[in-house]
Amino acid sequence: MAITKLAFLVDKPPYKTETSRLALTHALSSQSVEIYLKDGDNVEPFLAFIGDGVLNCIKNQKALTIYDVTSLDMHIRNALLFGLNVYVCKEDIRKFGLTEDMIVMDADHPDGELKTQIVPYAEIEQAIESCDHILFF
Amino acid sequence: MGKLTIGTFSSLIGSMSLDFALRLAEAAINKGHKVDFWVSGNATMLSKKAQRAYRDYSFLEKKVKELIERGVNFTACEACSEARGYHKEDTMEGWKRHNMDWYLASCFDSDRVLHIGGE
Repeated sequence: MAITKLAFLVDKPPYKTETSRLALTHALSSQSVEIYLKDGDNVEPFLAFIGDGVLNCIKNQKALTIYDVTSLDMHIRNALLFGLNVYVCKEDIRKFGLTEDMIVMDADHPDGELKTQIVPYAEIEQAIESCDHILFF
Repeated sequence: MGKLTIGTFSSLIGSMSLDFALRLAEAAINKGHKVDFWVSGNATMLSKKAQRAYRDYSFLEKKVKELIERGVNFTACEACSEARGYHKEDTMEGWKRHNMDWYLASCFDSDRVLHIGGE
């Protein structure tokens, strides 16, 4: 039995390119990765938003209404619901003048207990150091 | 020898990242390593067959075919391909098409993951 830890690090803003969406969809695909692995083996991903990437975490995005595509805050809520740790860089939130009440902080679902963690960059760095592989989006 | 997983996200035309990634895969194979090569997003363009060579644009179909013959495991994201209108019948022979979980599974037992981001 082995676990491989994967860090999905996102520093690109939402909607201008597909990059941050791909980070979220790849991270969420960890839910079905076991079909390719031996019993007991798995991957353990987490998401970390830094720099311009923190803009992906603003809540109440209207992409579905305006562009008819899923919004990235929906994907972040799903990530929390599926038990993925989501870190958002505290310094970068501050840099954009954002506050915690403007950020997706939970899954908004009765089964979702996990909360977004707004943490100093040093903590994100620590989490990255504990990972086997970094996927930088 | 080790296993290398290369994940790529840039388009065939408009970026040289795929050119670089293929040469990296070739270097790894030359050293006897196993290579999984994943394309997602705009990089799925690499899997399209019947690319036409012009000297002003990257033409990688020939290089991909060589690497397939040498054992590089090329896999394209099925959803990303279908969303772009690249269907199974448009895909070069020797490619596999899977969901994104295949890439994570490849990362699971890879000695090194080189994730080459998109635009």
